[in-house]
Amino acid sequence: MEWLIGIIILIFKLGLVMVCLLLLAAYLVWIERKFLARLQIRYGPNRAGKFGLLQPIADTIKMMTKEDTVPETADRIIFMLAPAVVATSALLMFAVVPFGSQLTLWGKKIPLVITDLNIGLLFVFALSALGVYGVALGGWASNSKYSLLGGIRGAAQMISYELSLGLSLVPIVMLAGSLSLVDIVQAQEKYPFIFVQPVAFAIFIISAMAESKRIPFDLPEAENELGSGYHTEYSGMRFGLFFLGEYVHMQVLGALVAVLFLGGWRGPVLPPFVWLFIKIVLVALIMIWIRGTLPRLRYDQLMALGWKVLIPAALLNIMVTGAVLLL
Amino acid sequence: MSSGLEAVKALAAGFATTFKHLFRKPITEEYPEYRRQLPERARARIILTRDPDGGERCVACYLCSAVCPVSCISMQSAEREDGRRHASWFRINFARCIYCGFCEEACPTSAIQLTSMFETCERKILSLVYEKEDLLVDHGGKDKEYNFYKYTGVATQEGGKGEHIKEAKPVNVKSNLP
Repeated sequence: MEWLIGIIILIFKLGLVMVCLLLLAAYLVWIERKFLARLQIRYGPNRAGKFGLLQPIADTIKMMTKEDTVPETADRIIFMLAPAVVATSALLMFAVVPFGSQLTLWGKKIPLVITDLNIGLLFVFALSALGVYGVALGGWASNSKYSLLGGIRGAAQMISYELSLGLSLVPIVMLAGSLSLVDIVQAQEKYPFIFVQPVAFAIFIISAMAESKRIPFDLPEAENELGSGYHTEYSGMRFGLFFLGEYVHMQVLGALVAVLFLGGWRGPVLPPFVWLFIKIVLVALIMIWIRGTLPRLRYDQLMALGWKVLIPAALLNIMVTGAVLLL
Repeated sequence: MSSGLEAVKALAAGFATTFKHLFRKPITEEYPEYRRQLPERARARIILTRDPDGGERCVACYLCSAVCPVSCISMQSAEREDGRRHASWFRINFARCIYCGFCEEACPTSAIQLTSMFETCERKILSLVYEKEDLLVDHGGKDKEYNFYKYTGVATQEGGKGEHIKEAKPVNVKSNLP
């Protein structure tokens, strides 16, 4: 009986988180288009519904009803699976993000996280690395030179920035003494880690943007040199899945920034999940602002920034944090 | 070190610029609600005008149809009993028209004119073929006072030989024989 209730609660939580994630992903596209438009003194979508609020729904219907084409010379199976890899690996990452402390229902304590893995951070990195496969294989399976170039760039970029992403978080793990995201949020009871780890925060944000292939780092897509790169050959909902993956990834990274540096769901007055939501959207808005301001990096600049600046800085940060903790 | 500082300064300036733009009024003109006043000589939908007395100006000279680079104008000329020429039918295929305005330039009677009305989209391409009755309007367009038959030497109801504006009386060709 206990076991059955556990399963039911888990499925309920999964469904809830899934719906919230997908809905937010759809509306993140709307937020991005609106906010970016205002940065460029335009209005953005404003035809479908009030303030263009029905735009994501219209886009979804459009994607669903579009023809799903597979190029003749493409590697059919891999071509069809690649977008799913991107989307699922992004969705799964959210499983370890806590969105509250605990809920007591009918005398039963329900932790407000899907699974409290004791190696949560490691799990996130593993899935983030898996996401590279979606990009690289999608680019390769399309059998088009632009897609291939995009896929290769994506693989190289994501692997490079994975290092600084991981290294920037080692000081956080040292401070919290745990890899579990729930424990990391617990450790920020007194103050959020951004105050003690501003360098790690900067490195993490930059690497996270490179991980989610957003504009100063959108070389795998690079629409004006590669014709949208690894998803050039995709159409319909498969293309939609790539985009969904990208926006869910953005949310997950926003959630990670919130959990690791901004105190997660902690905040005064408002309920915990609202605070997490606010923090995710805030991070997203900052990412959009960066997109609206900075031009795309050149490939060598991208690699130089990753290997010559971010990784050494992250290593130095680890050593300094270690020394301070020892003293 | 100073170059690093400069880079940070440049970045900050860029972010400040985009942030300031956030509070500016968008420059977008929202089309169906706001229609910009088009220039007088904007070239769009073609009309066939009438002279001040209400007669058709077109004399079916075929100049517009000859000059049309996409051959979208066709007509059949005919003559009335009083000697006035007109088009028995006149057709413009707007699906083909490129709105170059050559026809207007070629027209000797100011009959064919381009207007600034550009909202002619249709779902059925055949409904873009305009016949004479769709093209004819009951005003003079840009050239309000002009009446071709008041100037031309052709004898019509507007006047016989030598009775037109700026026209000399006909010369008796036999009168100057040696």
